[in-house]
Amino acid sequence: MKKEWPLWEIFIRSKSGLNHKHVGSLHATDAEMALENARDLYTRRNEGVSIWVVESKHITASDPDDSDPLFEPARDKVYRHPTFYTVPDNVSHM
Amino acid sequence: MFATLIKIRLHLQRNFCFLLQPYQIMTSVNLEAIFQSKIDDEVKIEPKDWMPDAYRKTLIRQISQHAHSEIVGMLPEGNWITRAPSLRRKLILLAKVQDEAGHGLYLYSAAETLGADRDELVQQLLTGKAKYSSIFNYPTLNWADIGAIGWLVDGAAITNQVMLTRTSYGPYARAMVRICKEESFHQRQGYELMMAMSFGSPEQKAMAQDALNRWWWPALMMFGPHDSESTHSDQASKWKIKRKSNDELRQNFVDVTVPQAEYLGLTVPDPDLRWNEERGHYDFGKINWDEFWNVVKGNGPCNRQRIQARTKAYEDGAWVREAAMAHAEKKEQRKLQPEAAVKAA
Amino acid sequence: MIKYLLQLADNALILGHRLGEWCGHAPEMELDIALTNVALDLTGQARSLYQRVAELEGLGKDEDDYAYLRDAWEFRNALLVEQPNGDFAHTLVRQFIFDAYNYHLHHALTQSKDEWLAGFAAKSLKEITYHLRFSSEWMLRLGDGTEVSHAKLQAAIDNLWTYAGELTTPNEIEKELASHGICPDLSQLKTAIEAKMAEVLAAANVTAPVGAWMQSGGKDGSHSEHLGFILAEMQFLQRAYPGLEW
Repeated sequence: MKKEWPLWEIFIRSKSGLNHKHVGSLHATDAEMALENARDLYTRRNEGVSIWVVESKHITASDPDDSDPLFEPARDKVYRHPTFYTVPDNVSHM
Repeated sequence: MFATLIKIRLHLQRNFCFLLQPYQIMTSVNLEAIFQSKIDDEVKIEPKDWMPDAYRKTLIRQISQHAHSEIVGMLPEGNWITRAPSLRRKLILLAKVQDEAGHGLYLYSAAETLGADRDELVQQLLTGKAKYSSIFNYPTLNWADIGAIGWLVDGAAITNQVMLTRTSYGPYARAMVRICKEESFHQRQGYELMMAMSFGSPEQKAMAQDALNRWWWPALMMFGPHDSESTHSDQASKWKIKRKSNDELRQNFVDVTVPQAEYLGLTVPDPDLRWNEERGHYDFGKINWDEFWNVVKGNGPCNRQRIQARTKAYEDGAWVREAAMAHAEKKEQRKLQPEAAVKAA
Repeated sequence: MIKYLLQLADNALILGHRLGEWCGHAPEMELDIALTNVALDLTGQARSLYQRVAELEGLGKDEDDYAYLRDAWEFRNALLVEQPNGDFAHTLVRQFIFDAYNYHLHHALTQSKDEWLAGFAAKSLKEITYHLRFSSEWMLRLGDGTEVSHAKLQAAIDNLWTYAGELTTPNEIEKELASHGICPDLSQLKTAIEAKMAEVLAAANVTAPVGAWMQSGGKDGSHSEHLGFILAEMQFLQRAYPGLEW
């Protein structure tokens, strides 16, 4: 029997108030070990207050070939951005 | 101001997307042109993006070699952990060698985003199919070697790695940013150790000089063959994997390191070394490329020992890795079929 | 008091030293990093303790004088921590036995009447809690994993159990300090320590030898042959070139 430890993707919250951010991957046999390995590998310098681990095979990524149907439609909708609207400079708090 | 920025961004994105319209027939020529235009525009290539096979292969080769170098690089320094002469130095050295394991893992992780399998990469190292930095085939013979490695070897590595933080492949570039942040402590601790030795007793200074004598030339060789001899350089720079030539990087390194050696009161073991006012750089002597190729081919003082040590760790560790895997599988099984597990027990 | 602090410090130093020997040679790279982390924690703890000893003695010594300039009979670590790494099962069992003891000890030391020691214990306890969690989980992995790992784990327990007793048997110094509330009464801690060990051993499906003879002496400076070699290596530079700054 020769089986490599599965790959896990690691997400770290660097401080309270921030999102978890993908930092890389590592190998571990189970979720507990993945958490411990992540703690040892990715927070040696105080880089985190919280860790998420997800086995890589459970992540579904969008296909770059689909970028157009996926993301292009949002590009036209400039009215979703505050900068689309003109407000006189002397109107404050907006 | 903000609005202008958004407009510029939208403009760029539109132009860029125009290249990706689905009605275009995606011939490989086309894909390759898109790929190259991204690189030219400094857009990072990400794991699922189309990339030429050769780009993928070059990267896997380079990143895994880099990872192997970190892992093998633990050995010459690890050699002195049990002999570190003060508790402070011992902690620093432990942390540093541990960082190298960490850097190895960041890099294997980057290589795996390209579809490589870590276990296979490690096999390539152990069977001699994959190379690692030849510098680690030199022995650490006295305590000042630990300083010299930090100062010269990490110094040379940083020169190279800072360039790689801007490399075209996203995961590799991000791993390098992390590594560079951590490496800066490595070089500083090395130089600090060299200061303690150079300004210490005559014996300590002799150790420091001896270490410099042995590590100087191998450190210069770390940048690889002269540009005129290097086989991979052209394509790698077109793809922006490598952004400066071997000789440029080597010159940078010599220029910053020589004054540091002078400060220590140590002599760089090169009679031809002198400042060239005209070029604004140091001229330095001929590198012994026979030695370089000989070490690359496996005849360095420690090639065999390094691979033997890694092989031993790998083989001795097999039952541990298998046990952990088997436990995880059994645990999963028990979760799925609690009753069957009870019956079996 | 000084002797007691040296006991704590020497345990941490010597076990940290042994773990440092794994650096670059562990069964998996992730494990390499984990073992080194424990080594860093322990060496750091040793350092604080030696600094405190230096302060209390007031003889102008520093932390390194204690680590590098004492001979084997002056070291007060338990026999367990100086035992060789052996295979990973031996390293793990040594670590687990020590962690189970060390966790309960430091937990109790947070209540020490000595303010410095209580503070030190509180700080170290966080690290030690993690060590115990780590070694306990690995005990399960090896015990439950494969037939090979189970057999190796059991063999390591059989070999090392004889060094477990010394940890929970008080010597004169510990008895004296316990009576002043500076350190806990080990005979009381013993129950909790043994319960933790029994729990993990049962989960790992391995057994401790019944009625095993317990070696002792390390805490009073009478060591196994291994310590001399550890010190020969560790102290070499300080001994060969005395009185220098490194």
